[in-house]
Amino acid sequence: MTPSAPIADRVEADRDQMNIVIVGHVDHGKSTLVGRLLADTGSLPQGKLEGVRRECERTGKPFEYAFLLDALSDEQDQGITIDTARCFFKSSSRDYIIIDAPGHIEFLKNMISGAARAEAALLMIDAKEGVRENSRRHGYILGMLGIKQVVVCVNKMDLVGYRQDVFDGIEREYREFLAGIGAVSPRNFVPIAALSGENLITTSPNMPWYRGESILALLDGFTKQPPKTAQPLRMPVQAIYKFTSHGDERRIVAGRIESGQVKVGDEVVFSPSNKSAHISTIEGFNTQPRSEITAGWSTGFTLSEEIYITRGEVMSRKSQAPLVGTRFRANLIWLGRKPMAQGRDYKLKLHTCTQPVRIQRLLKVLDASQLDGVLEKDSIGRHDVADVILETRQPVAFDLTTDIEGTGRFVIVDGYDVAGGGIITQAVPDDQDELRSEARLRDFSWVQGSITVEERAKRLGHRPALVMFVGKQNSGKHRYARALERALFDRGTFSYFIDGTNVLMGVDHDLTVDATQAELVRRFGEVAYLLLSAGVILVSTTNAIGLADHSSVQALIGAYASVAVEVDPGGLSTAPCDLRIRGTETEAEVIARIIALLGQKQVLGAP
Amino acid sequence: MDHLDQLEQQSVFIFREAFRHFERLCMMWSIGKDSTVLLWLARKAFFGHIPFPLIHIDTSYKLPEMIQYRDRLAMEYRLTMIVGQDEATIKARNTFPDKFKANPAMSEAEQALARKECCSLLKSSALKATLQGTGIRRRLNLTTGVYDIDPDHEPYHGVIGGARSDEEGSRSKERYFSPRDKNNAWDVGDQPPELWNQFKTDFAPGTHVRIHPLLDWTELNIWEYIKRESIPTVSLYYDQGKGTRYRSLGCGPCQKPIESTSKNVDEIIAELKSGRLHNIAERSGRMQDGKHGLEELRREGYM
Repeated sequence: MTPSAPIADRVEADRDQMNIVIVGHVDHGKSTLVGRLLADTGSLPQGKLEGVRRECERTGKPFEYAFLLDALSDEQDQGITIDTARCFFKSSSRDYIIIDAPGHIEFLKNMISGAARAEAALLMIDAKEGVRENSRRHGYILGMLGIKQVVVCVNKMDLVGYRQDVFDGIEREYREFLAGIGAVSPRNFVPIAALSGENLITTSPNMPWYRGESILALLDGFTKQPPKTAQPLRMPVQAIYKFTSHGDERRIVAGRIESGQVKVGDEVVFSPSNKSAHISTIEGFNTQPRSEITAGWSTGFTLSEEIYITRGEVMSRKSQAPLVGTRFRANLIWLGRKPMAQGRDYKLKLHTCTQPVRIQRLLKVLDASQLDGVLEKDSIGRHDVADVILETRQPVAFDLTTDIEGTGRFVIVDGYDVAGGGIITQAVPDDQDELRSEARLRDFSWVQGSITVEERAKRLGHRPALVMFVGKQNSGKHRYARALERALFDRGTFSYFIDGTNVLMGVDHDLTVDATQAELVRRFGEVAYLLLSAGVILVSTTNAIGLADHSSVQALIGAYASVAVEVDPGGLSTAPCDLRIRGTETEAEVIARIIALLGQKQVLGAP
Repeated sequence: MDHLDQLEQQSVFIFREAFRHFERLCMMWSIGKDSTVLLWLARKAFFGHIPFPLIHIDTSYKLPEMIQYRDRLAMEYRLTMIVGQDEATIKARNTFPDKFKANPAMSEAEQALARKECCSLLKSSALKATLQGTGIRRRLNLTTGVYDIDPDHEPYHGVIGGARSDEEGSRSKERYFSPRDKNNAWDVGDQPPELWNQFKTDFAPGTHVRIHPLLDWTELNIWEYIKRESIPTVSLYYDQGKGTRYRSLGCGPCQKPIESTSKNVDEIIAELKSGRLHNIAERSGRMQDGKHGLEELRREGYM
């Protein structure tokens, strides 16, 4: 039966629009389904169908609905969909953008690109062939991408004599597979014959045992994801704009609100820097002035306090701030030609934040196309999925994907290419976690004087920073540190030299000899923080605190810059630091290198 | 938030990502309705400013209204306006109109070939030379209103364009951020993955990335937005009393108006909603397209 009656174009002021994706194993009939839906709802330009039919007659190929979509010549030649074509299609209740995703494994990245943009999915399984590798893999990926509205179409029912037992068997097998990997089970399974249009627009008399709805009715039953205004506020900072042309003085913090809402006068905090400010204005162009704004808007704010924040920070409320750390557990799919290897740095792109990242622990590598696909591997190959703990170089702000999607998913760049994507499933504590929490609590309750850090930096002509000299006793750190303090002072900067002894004899006076190293470091870090808050470029030398403690000190001084300089006469140290010297260099040489580093870190010459 | 708001928010997000990641960024402005909406969205994204140059490839066969409109808006919005042109081909009279004039008896097939060759030179090659800095760039002097030779010859690495996926088959295959190789070519079969809102922003030396903020917009969305925002458009889109108007703007000799009595934005919206144009491709008046014509042009760099 061929349903006719094209749905008349309805004129409405604001029709609902929804992106849906059609996925499944190669040749299971995705393009046919799309072509048929377009044709049967009257969504094709006049003559298009006839044109393709004529073209098929001319070339002697049997007509396929898929040809309608394959606008590109090499696709028609190869007979497979190679990319995510988008077509527009209307039902009586809304407009759809159908994203046709290729089922061929070679084009998995195209399938993922299509599916990542969808709000709902149709997954095709060939009734005759049954559940195949990409039926499984695509099911896993839909779950990972966070697509919860899924209908499984068991296609080509005509080829199995419209038998209910075949359909039931496929449904059972597929649901069991998804349950086994912990993926979301689809809402509905529908027996269809896409080529003859059965159960697409109307239900088919050939399958009276099927009591459910047609594909079109199920599509119309999908709900739009409500805006995430009820969730905690998250706005990843996309950029800070100050366009000075035509006398524009606004300093605008721009970004898209992923969740929550905010209004003028609200106090907000930025993570990981822990800096807070109040919303002064909500900016826009050619629009009514706003006093509040909600999830989904790409917007911009001016703040009542001038604070130094950068792209990659996340704006939230103090009471519901995102997680901050260097480690998280994630489910990841790898698409790169070269496997993702341990011990190598990659580029993480998480909301607007970019950071070097590496595998801290590889928990499990899976072939998602197999029923039990655990692989004994020490790297993540192309098309593998993995359960993995990742580690960033600097702390990043994030959420679990189950809490807030926008700040809970990421991609990984290898070289010039996006080579993998994933979702964050768990926060994993690192060694600095406690100190970072201490610093956060301290910063959130910080009682601010009337002069801001930015004002101070403007007056002084530089931002605060800690230059930390480490190395063995008598390695020459004092000589360099004192010369640096002098050189900075002579340049007009507010520099201050502090020796570890000064802290040890005073602030640490109450500590006994068996006091832990951690407590020594904590107190030194807090003292440094106070001095940095006063705007100082602090030059420190300590015997007790070494390079291994640098990340702890950094966790305490938070967003302030630091430069770790190791004096290593033996030349044996390999631990990461900003500058390593042998002790034989001239003071002027070392000072020049440190000043260059301070320039790079925007401490000098910035405000 | 209505559907136009949603489209606008995504476009603004894309603009800001492009501006962040491409130091050598420019935007194509064909003077048509789509790229003028693009111009408007850029002002939305950057709070009234347009912090990168606009590029127009002038084939010398554009209708005069288009050029006047371009320069008027460029002066009014204080745009960094750059014009590129394949001056050698025009001088050598190697264009379709030249060839047709010399040989009016050309068959349909010969005409189609000549049109495509002409597009390939005056548009694709000129664009390539302008983007790479090997061709002459002329920049509008906002004080004198005259185009001076632009001393800048650095290539652009990020190129914002107004392609929409509903417009024509090959454009439905685009990504928001779509890489082009050293020869400006587009490898349709091997495009980078685009997950959530993480785009292809890293690129090898010599290559560039095309950025498409309008990919999800339809022709109707464009007109609805023009109405909502009161965006100025060229008069060629409206019936001036002859019962015809242009639906898509290109070069004079290779485009035909459609039959339509829509005299203003409201009437165009009503016409699009009525379904009267439903069965006619938007670019049907563009005579270079043909079968696979546009796709082949696009592979070699056409916007």
